Amino acid sequence: MAKDVRERSIDPASQDMLDVCQRTGLETAWDRYEKQQPQCGFGELGLCCRNCNMGPCRIDPFGEGATKGVCGATADTIVARNLLRSIAAGAAAHSDHARDVAHTFREVVYGRASSYSIKDQSKMQRLMNEYGVQTEISLADSIMAEFGKQDGPIQFTRRAPAKRLELWKKLGIEPRGIDREIVECMHRTHTGVDNDYVNLILHGLRTSLADGWGGSMIATELQDVLFGTPQPTFSEVNLGVLEPNKVNVIVHGHEPLLSEMIVAAAADPEMVELAKKQGAIGINVAGMCCTGNEVLMRHSVPVAGNFLQQELAVATGAVDAMVVDVQCVMPALGALAGCFHTLFISTSPKARFPGARHMVFHEETALQTAKAIVEEAVKNYKNRNASKVHIPKEKSKCMVGFSVETIVGALGGTLDPLLGAIKSGAIRGIGAVVGCNNPKVVHDYGHINLVKELIKNNVLVITTGCNALACAKAGLLLPEAAEMAGEGLKGVCKTLGIPPVLHMGSCVDISRILVASAAIANALGVDISDLPAAGAAPEWMSEKAVSIGAYVVSSGVFTVLGTVPAVLGSAAVAGLLTSGAKDVVGASFAVEPDPFKAAMLMIEHIDSQRKKLGL
Amino acid sequence: MGCRSCEMACAVEHSSSKNLFSAVSEKPGPIRRVYVETAEGQRIPLVCRHCEDAPCVAVCRTGAMRQDPETGIVDRNEENCVGCWMCAMVCPYGVIGRHTEVRKAVKCDRCKDLEVPACVAACPTGTLVFVTQREFVEMMRKEAAVRLAHEAKGLAKA
Repeated sequence: MAKDVRERSIDPASQDMLDVCQRTGLETAWDRYEKQQPQCGFGELGLCCRNCNMGPCRIDPFGEGATKGVCGATADTIVARNLLRSIAAGAAAHSDHARDVAHTFREVVYGRASSYSIKDQSKMQRLMNEYGVQTEISLADSIMAEFGKQDGPIQFTRRAPAKRLELWKKLGIEPRGIDREIVECMHRTHTGVDNDYVNLILHGLRTSLADGWGGSMIATELQDVLFGTPQPTFSEVNLGVLEPNKVNVIVHGHEPLLSEMIVAAAADPEMVELAKKQGAIGINVAGMCCTGNEVLMRHSVPVAGNFLQQELAVATGAVDAMVVDVQCVMPALGALAGCFHTLFISTSPKARFPGARHMVFHEETALQTAKAIVEEAVKNYKNRNASKVHIPKEKSKCMVGFSVETIVGALGGTLDPLLGAIKSGAIRGIGAVVGCNNPKVVHDYGHINLVKELIKNNVLVITTGCNALACAKAGLLLPEAAEMAGEGLKGVCKTLGIPPVLHMGSCVDISRILVASAAIANALGVDISDLPAAGAAPEWMSEKAVSIGAYVVSSGVFTVLGTVPAVLGSAAVAGLLTSGAKDVVGASFAVEPDPFKAAMLMIEHIDSQRKKLGL
Repeated sequence: MGCRSCEMACAVEHSSSKNLFSAVSEKPGPIRRVYVETAEGQRIPLVCRHCEDAPCVAVCRTGAMRQDPETGIVDRNEENCVGCWMCAMVCPYGVIGRHTEVRKAVKCDRCKDLEVPACVAACPTGTLVFVTQREFVEMMRKEAAVRLAHEAKGLAKA
């Protein structure tokens, strides 16, 4: 056990709940992380291969034992193959999410999903123009076809600057189809196929591009069409958003297809009436993780927390239903919910959990199922045990919902004011800070310190995912946070009335960051790799983050990782990612667990980019 | 299980950075002093027993191999070692290794800076234990007692 569980997080609400968990003997991810110590060194270095049954094989990193697997694969091959599989899994997760959204969009335009409708006609029109199609049905079919395409191009890759596209073509990493690249990852990593680490990693970059400029971007664009393009709005974030006298329903996971319907069902007067009959004063829907970001920016629905707070939310004893779909949902929630009255409800046919009630969700009957789920939650309110309820008081106000469209809108319809501020040096550069939580890092410590350091140095921060929620909790997503920024950035924020840290959405919405980078690069007539910009994932943990890192770097953005990826077992692979890549795609990775040093790396990079641009 | 976590932890503990991620690129590379062998289908970790009458100390011509009279720990003084490998030849457990880059004998030093040796701390299954001889025999006695009690119960039932 840690000496003081409060040292596991810098967020006061989480510290409060960690204390409660320790006192009442509730196990959390932090306890399980400690029980996993020491973690396997071969795994940490990426040197374990389980791809065939002659193995498992391990390479001795100190060169005394085995230097090759049974098949003869070296450390370089094994590390690169493992990395490729991670990228494939991450790209698959984003893209399969996108497939669900695209499928729903198609059902809507065919008139077969009455629960949903088109909320942003003008965006749909823009997409039709982009695809060169006349009807909504052709748009739906064209987008659906991106997944199974064999020879490319994926339409949205055309948004990248011409120089970038040319480079991808030259390197042979322009993606040909979303599913094709992911399947090819699995083929190449099968025993006895691709054993050249450079060739493997190049395909990894191609697969990640099919995610960033394919799957993720499709998810973002169609979610905007179906649910509305986010506009700046205010809400609150942290465990304190849970209400003592209302039915609390948490929506957790990633696809707004579900959370949007739960939000709608909870607003139904019939449901509210039912809640009152059960003794509650209303229904409170709160988000968690990325689906939280989705409903936060479109409906100002409050968010209970980021990834590592999912168990803490249940431990408040005030959650009547935890409704989940896919990705980043801990299987531990089943046993934990069993200690309370909390209903743990799974909804995706793809994702079932021990201890969960399964209420499967279909596009055709979405609202109906959502109502049934909310009804279960409402009826469960009376089972809440007041003596077990402990809701931390902390919640922070935030301004969210900066889609590219609204940023341009806020700037008066053109990027010029932003470019002007960058050129004048008022804004030194742009920092994209994203990613998960990871118990290897003190919860939110990496996120908050990195972001604060950047804005202090006049770097405008754009954020998504669990970093965005960490920033919200720390009050960084408010216009008043401009006071924490350096003089130049403060001035710009005050003039525009915006926060120094702009919330751009969920993890698939990192595609918005790509679109913004491409637009800025195009406006300046340069490539993305020429911009005074840098990325960071201070507390990353998921395979999706591996894919994101790969597509951000292959799009030309220098990226600093806060936790060490499993590649150090091969000096060649590590060297390629941290320096060699610069000569290939114009950007590379760095690994720096200390957020203050990571900020310095980003700022140094931004300064050298400015110099090259003559700014 | 044969996970070799002990070997990995041992090498890292004997690196200059004591950190896995930087140890992998150190020159000269760190060397393990514990060895996992497979025999008769079993995985057996082997490490220096710090013998009471240690043969490696007895044969060392330069006095590099020494035994602390108080703790009984057998250690090698790097400066005095000339790399003659007498110690490696007489060790009944074969746990005296050779650092090929610096050409000196390498063996378990009982992790001087640690209360519990790195290999024991790293063992995920509790196969490696670090106890005194007195604690160890007590543990064995208790296990034997449990075994006997089970057998006695079995007999009574029959």
